[in-house]
Amino acid sequence: MSLVTLTRRLLNLSAQGSPLRRSAFVLASDTAGLKRCSLPGQLQACCTRQRNVSTSTQPLRADSKVTINFINRDGEKITAKGSPGESLLDVVINQDLDFDGFGACEGTLACSTCHLIFDEDVYKKLGPVTDEEMDMLDLAYGLTDTSRLGCQICLTRSLDGITARVPDSVTDIRQSEDVSS
Amino acid sequence: MATHKALWKVPMFKFFFTPKGVRGLATFQHACSPKVCIVGGGPAGFYTAQHLVKTRPDVEVDIYERLPVPFGLVRFGVAPDHPEVKNVMNTFTQTAQHARCSFHGNVRVGKDVTVQELQESYHAVVLSYGAEGNRNMGVPGEDLDGVYSAKDFVGWYNGLPRNRHLRPDLSCETAVVLGQGNVALDVARILLSPVDILKKTDITQPALDAVSKSSVRRVLIVGRRGPLQVACTIKELREMVNLPGTRPEMVVSEFDGIAEKLKALPRPRKRLTELLLKAAVETPGEKELERLKSDKQAWGFRFFRSPVEVLPSADHTRVAGIRLAVNRLVGEGEGARAEATGEVEDMECGLVVSSIGYKSLAIDPVVPFDSRKDVIPNTMGRVQNAAGLYCSGWVKRGPTGVIATTMNDSFDTARTLLHDMDKGILDISTAKPGSQGVAALLHKRGVKPVSFSDWEKIDIEETRRGEARGKPREKLLDVGEMLQVAWA
Repeated sequence: MSLVTLTRRLLNLSAQGSPLRRSAFVLASDTAGLKRCSLPGQLQACCTRQRNVSTSTQPLRADSKVTINFINRDGEKITAKGSPGESLLDVVINQDLDFDGFGACEGTLACSTCHLIFDEDVYKKLGPVTDEEMDMLDLAYGLTDTSRLGCQICLTRSLDGITARVPDSVTDIRQSEDVSS
Repeated sequence: MATHKALWKVPMFKFFFTPKGVRGLATFQHACSPKVCIVGGGPAGFYTAQHLVKTRPDVEVDIYERLPVPFGLVRFGVAPDHPEVKNVMNTFTQTAQHARCSFHGNVRVGKDVTVQELQESYHAVVLSYGAEGNRNMGVPGEDLDGVYSAKDFVGWYNGLPRNRHLRPDLSCETAVVLGQGNVALDVARILLSPVDILKKTDITQPALDAVSKSSVRRVLIVGRRGPLQVACTIKELREMVNLPGTRPEMVVSEFDGIAEKLKALPRPRKRLTELLLKAAVETPGEKELERLKSDKQAWGFRFFRSPVEVLPSADHTRVAGIRLAVNRLVGEGEGARAEATGEVEDMECGLVVSSIGYKSLAIDPVVPFDSRKDVIPNTMGRVQNAAGLYCSGWVKRGPTGVIATTMNDSFDTARTLLHDMDKGILDISTAKPGSQGVAALLHKRGVKPVSFSDWEKIDIEETRRGEARGKPREKLLDVGEMLQVAWA
């Protein structure tokens, strides 16, 4: 029964493309005003990029992969690889990185749970930020001047080796107020 | 059933949530495993459950929900035109299908089973039942026809069974929404959105029919304080600003002195205020002016006003307007207070929706409740003076914040609970019967719970009905019908 529901849902949402694609990414492509990640000369939107859920298909050569270093909430460094055109959220999902609660709205710019913090020089390389991304960032925990949403950052070769820090979630002012009251 | 669940989900759902316990089905239903029960199947309940089953490989979690359907305010609160926000249901579904997590709908805690009985069956009980009450305005005329709480109004267009008979009269031209939070903006947006947009959402058919015939052309959103204190977030404000066929209609003088204060504001408040100023004060460009001229509808904030009385029609049967006290601000910034000047003004309207906040209600006499703050008194999710009781979500910290707020808050409570298990603060040494104990009680009382796979039948039926109308879902509005489909 569950399988039926799932298949039905995915079929419904996949207006164009493989029914195995994640619903979120299909929705993203339908939402106006979203940032489109584009590769130089290729104009490929990372959020609409077709992807097989199975990890066995890896048509790209290993050397075309982009290495990303994540610093998780415990301060540990986790190195992952992604393909150009994928978003940083894609990398977290595809590599099964265990950042609890990361990407709650599945990359549709409706939450701020894929919030990542960068060094200033890296931040400058990430490209322009849309108003809609800024709107969501404004609600993020531990917002900094070099914060971005992982779902809006498209991997390119020039980002090879960058470090992205997952902010500590337990920094909400309202919660500390609650405890003291 | 557990086997069936486990078989298909591993390869399909590898993201966000690795079901560690699924691997060894031997861990399932251990007599001596720690058993946790969660009261309320909304986001707070599911996020608490998610963190518990994911972090501790032997804990078993049961979620009890009053309605036959899960997801709480994600289903009944999130606006129909915000389908992206509802994507969190996919993660909740994975949690519910986890081998060590079960959903039990159609069970009213406090009525069908008491909290004390739950405590006898579980090592810990987490109260995550949200805020189902609403704050009243406390003014004369509040009970007139045409006056609704936002909670009921939202429940009506989102298919909450208890609000299905609301049928608000939308034959007036001007509606007044009291309160300036995101719920207030949701209500305004649903009232003014083009039907072509709404008909592709999961708004209920009766609500869609009513909104299509609506005469409401103007929505005024009233707040007791000023532009620097609006409670909505910028995404919702931007949606109002960009709403097709609708132009902003503000009172420019209410923004006096605001532009000068921008510089000192923190970024979120600054960006919100800039957008507000742009909509209210800035002279639009030529193209925008053209659009505005053709817009037949209008929305606007009205600041520094508090409701004094809902004014009746000549025959005293329904609302004809609202009397507002004019306030001035005492103090600055987020903490500024509204103080009445003594002046009042009347505003003509045929519909009043009060959106001044939800509030939690006490569920059971054994659970401490702070009736002044309308929350369960707690320290980091531990209910005060009540060993074994925890809380998360709105009932823990009050009805504010976006879904990520509730997520973090629920993870915090789960962390506290796990910490207490580890440190022996919570006694898990004696075996507890868990859901089996509760099932026996419910059976004796003639209560039949709805399982998650039962819900999936409802889900399929709703999706099927939605398809026929070009909508993602057509919600069942009646609990009896839900049960019928669930047990078919």
